[in-house]
Amino acid sequence: MSTPIEQLLTRDSFIERNARSRATALLDAGTMRELAGPFARLHSPWLAKQQLVTQSDDGVVVAKGLMNGKPTVVLAIEGGFQGGSMGEIGAAKIAGSLELAARDNRKGIPTQAVILFETGGVRLQEANLGLAGIAEIQSAIVDLRRYQPVVGVSAGTVGCYGGMSIAAGLCSYLVVTREARLGLNGPQVIEQEAGVAEFDARNRALIWGLTGGEQRTASGLADACVADDTLEIRATVAALFARGVPARHRSERAADYLAALARVDTSTQPVAADVRAIYPHGDA
Amino acid sequence: METNQTTRGATWLRMLTGAAAPRYDWPSVQVCDAPLAGQPARWIAVVPDPANRFPRARNGEVGLVEGWQLAKALQDLVDEDRDAPVKRPVVAVIDVPSQAYGRREEAFGIHQALAGAAGAYAQARLAGHPVIGLIVGLAMSGAFLAHCYQANRLVALDDPGVMVHAMGKASAARVTLRTVEALEQLAASVPPMAYDIQNYASLGLLWKTLQVSDPAHPNEQDLAQVAGTLEAALADIMEDQERSLSTRLQGRHRAASRRVRELLEQEWEAGNQTN
Repeated sequence: MSTPIEQLLTRDSFIERNARSRATALLDAGTMRELAGPFARLHSPWLAKQQLVTQSDDGVVVAKGLMNGKPTVVLAIEGGFQGGSMGEIGAAKIAGSLELAARDNRKGIPTQAVILFETGGVRLQEANLGLAGIAEIQSAIVDLRRYQPVVGVSAGTVGCYGGMSIAAGLCSYLVVTREARLGLNGPQVIEQEAGVAEFDARNRALIWGLTGGEQRTASGLADACVADDTLEIRATVAALFARGVPARHRSERAADYLAALARVDTSTQPVAADVRAIYPHGDA
Repeated sequence: METNQTTRGATWLRMLTGAAAPRYDWPSVQVCDAPLAGQPARWIAVVPDPANRFPRARNGEVGLVEGWQLAKALQDLVDEDRDAPVKRPVVAVIDVPSQAYGRREEAFGIHQALAGAAGAYAQARLAGHPVIGLIVGLAMSGAFLAHCYQANRLVALDDPGVMVHAMGKASAARVTLRTVEALEQLAASVPPMAYDIQNYASLGLLWKTLQVSDPAHPNEQDLAQVAGTLEAALADIMEDQERSLSTRLQGRHRAASRRVRELLEQEWEAGNQTN
């Protein structure tokens, strides 16, 4: 047995990898091929109009290849570009790829998809086209998950917010790390809309305590909380694919969640333990 | 902004369905059955509930309970029609000021509740239910994603009180490190950033816009006009074999979306030969 320090030194961090490197690492060695890549020069026309910096892949990497021999497309969002926000092009890359994966399945090719969520949600500089693009991503996830599991991963450090957190909620399975955060409204926005008493955006313990990867997994809103370790993440994603399409997706459990929410005492603000008590072991 | 903004959804639902009896005992998610084009249809609106147990969801916001109730209503419809040769249409009357912003909401996973709703609308559409979204007021952000950006066809009233956007102005300014004034200036020249329905229509996401005499207090003529447009939308869906959202990609401001899909398709096939 190696010591924790040795483990830390030899660990292959997933979080420290950029989107392209993450996608490559999830696919079988030598099979990764990038589609609509940076040399296609797909710069956001809308950021350019506002004299903002563009990027030639618009912050999304589409990587096609094999995972344990199975045809797989990895859609990796680059959290380092514009906070991983979804503009027209990035959203079209994700939605378009998922649509093609679903078409493959209808033709008998069992293509499966992984989405790496590092995103604040809609890119507000492309507002309505980002929102529309996210609706198209959601539609495509629901279509594809009829044939193959769609696995979402949010490793950190950006987290997964806004309309893309809804997309994550539509995935068949969700993998997170302790660094990840998953929520609809970012802390700053809640503070702006509802006041600092409702949510203090500077209170890191509150944010991670309620919306961090560990809490989301303990309350069944994610399926696995793993270490920031590339091999472990890859093995976890592969194991979830091996489970096949779930009999009921998390997003289909309306009756269970309504019953659970009826038990919530809404007269006070909840702490993490309250949520775990209401959603024990994820069995809402 | 008009003071009765958030009651528009309730008004139009009541008038278009002849005040049909609610199907569920739910104050904020109103669901009823009433004809569309002479055939049975299910109508849904999210409306204010001042007594909502969740205090951040009292003004017509889509919150935890609302998201899951929308999901339940649509799942029930799909189940009821599972063996029916003709799937009943759904009309979502849309007037949603926002998702609910609050600590309780984040703690209990409002993103998952909204995924319930969005997913159920998409599943209804994929199962063959014609889904029409009628925007009579606000269609904001996560609330619109949940109710019901997944429609086969979207129709909006052409009126200053009708707005579609990803985030309210104050928050959008804070997140993008701009002033509200700077944001408004940019919105005037960048169509996807605008808040008004005319700019939104230029994106090609709406099937039709229509002007009525009084969007807050519709008269008989307004009602007939909207009902006629909903019937036409239904006929258009029935003629179309496509159950995806691809009809939204034809707008003049969506060249980049089309270009990306063309490129992906070309390169995808090449990939299937080698992978």
